[in-house]
Amino acid sequence: MVTFFTILFDGVAYGMLLFVLACGLAVTLGLMNVVNLAHGAFAMAGGYACAVLVNRCGVPFFASLPAAFLVSAAIGFVLERLLYRHLYGRSHLDQVLFTVGLVFMSVAAVDYLMGSSQVFINLPPALQGQFDVFGVGVGRYRLMIIVICSLLTLALQMTLTRTRFGSRLRAAVDDSRVAVGLGINVPWVFALTFAFGSGLAGLGGALGAEILGLDPYFPLKFMIYFLIVVTVGGTSSITGPFLASLLLGVGDVAGKYYVPKLGAFVIYTMMIAILILRPNGLFGKTAAR
Amino acid sequence: MPWRNRSGFGEQIAQLSRWRWGEMLFWALALMAILFFENRYLLLTEIAWLALFVLSLDLILGYAGIVSLGHAAFFGVGAYTAGLLALHHIVDEPVLALFVAGFSAMAVGFVTSFLVMRGADLTRLMVTLGIALLLRELANRFSDITGGFDGLQGIVMEPVLGLFAFDIFGKTSFIYCLSVLFVLFLLARRIVHSPFGLSLRAIRNNPLRASAIGIPVNRRLVAIYTIAAFYAGVAGALSTQSSALASLDVFSFDRSADLLLVLVIGGTGYLYGGLIGALVFKLLHDVLSSWTPQYWQFWIGLVLVMLVLIGRERMYRWVMWGPERIGRALRARGMAKEKSP
Repeated sequence: MVTFFTILFDGVAYGMLLFVLACGLAVTLGLMNVVNLAHGAFAMAGGYACAVLVNRCGVPFFASLPAAFLVSAAIGFVLERLLYRHLYGRSHLDQVLFTVGLVFMSVAAVDYLMGSSQVFINLPPALQGQFDVFGVGVGRYRLMIIVICSLLTLALQMTLTRTRFGSRLRAAVDDSRVAVGLGINVPWVFALTFAFGSGLAGLGGALGAEILGLDPYFPLKFMIYFLIVVTVGGTSSITGPFLASLLLGVGDVAGKYYVPKLGAFVIYTMMIAILILRPNGLFGKTAAR
Repeated sequence: MPWRNRSGFGEQIAQLSRWRWGEMLFWALALMAILFFENRYLLLTEIAWLALFVLSLDLILGYAGIVSLGHAAFFGVGAYTAGLLALHHIVDEPVLALFVAGFSAMAVGFVTSFLVMRGADLTRLMVTLGIALLLRELANRFSDITGGFDGLQGIVMEPVLGLFAFDIFGKTSFIYCLSVLFVLFLLARRIVHSPFGLSLRAIRNNPLRASAIGIPVNRRLVAIYTIAAFYAGVAGALSTQSSALASLDVFSFDRSADLLLVLVIGGTGYLYGGLIGALVFKLLHDVLSSWTPQYWQFWIGLVLVMLVLIGRERMYRWVMWGPERIGRALRARGMAKEKSP
């Protein structure tokens, strides 16, 4: 029973992390219909930014988290304005080629700049170790992840449903032509959303360096996870990807604990089965129009 | 030129599938490579099996419009089948083993094709990618059979057809790969110029209309996917047989992604695209990795990005500018000669 709760706790932390990493992708895909396989590269950028700030410049960990967000968001904004906007409306093949190219470039560039070995971020002592709650070991770091990510999720949901920007965004997702007709500056909404999504990925990369490991191959290793979250969760709301992330997180941790021999097998089988049964994702509207 | 004859559909197809001098020149050059590049047989062999692999992707992507991110799955099945057959002396003769490997990949292709047919582009991408990853996990888990990360080692190849032994310079393996490529190319050429091939192109252009004129869309797609899996399996088997090695790397995502790049360099939707792409890619790879062994992937990525940004069609126009000018000049001269007497 105790192991069950530990697995559940770790799985939820893992799932929340995946959600923060992947929700930007869900929005890009739903909003602009761009298959962005390079999403992990933005996460990696955030992770490395955080690592450099903490390890080399001595910035406190909590201060460097927003910095990781800003760095990735800035990169995302620049790339969107320079490159990605040429991809809207192109075929999925073009988008796949382009973003795979970006992934290859980012992998080699980070390898060149930072070296190919895994990078660890020096955590403050307050986040290390674990404490017991009714006999269940609760890792401090994972607890922090759950707290930060739930706050973020709530904030996201509020932004999407309660603010003017959120309603513009939803209008643009539902029908961008009509949204343009109503006087909404859709390209600008696109750019801001892309930057924000990249920023969230960067934050996720910084938070996840401890759990997922950070090395130049990060974008390739976790690409499939982000895509699973998005295809299984659908892109019509953020609850879909959120639930899909939790499912994936708990499923992966439980799979690795109970049937370690099968490894990632459980996850891939689950994904293919879900996609076969419900090609449009478990929740709501399809991602691929 | 199809518009000249108006004597029916069959004639038009026959006209389209007629051999042109450019094609003969291409294969003549490939044959000459045997004589002139004696110290580059290893590279040439790799080009030959890569070309076959790309041909396979071209069949489903260029002709039928199925975007796949996991085509390495079939390559891997073929590679491991050929490796295991040779390692355990089940089928010692390479050509026969090639067929067995091709058919086993074909079987996997047939079964998975039904999964791939569900859903639109993105779902297809995910499912194909997932299948390749799944097979990689399987190969990794059953490491007592597949050798895990170390791969299958100690494969000794018997002579081809019992006559031609593999030599250390790789001459036999190059001629062997080239002949297999040529035979399968002829078959692919026959397929894409047949009414079946035309119906595939109709499906690629508009599945809804294709089904409206009575083409059984799903059945055709399953058929071509299965055929493509056979090709990929044979390519994998060739790679194992010529290098006497099969490792987990055959299933990797990089391989599938590189494959897309190779096809796009050469151009989708015509058979020589794959062959030319394989040639250009391998030469590029050879130059880049001797220049910067660790970071060549960066430049490959840059090529991909530029390719998409500039636009594949525009690129193609630039490349074809020279040859087309020459062709036009030749034709103009020919016409002038016809008129003069």
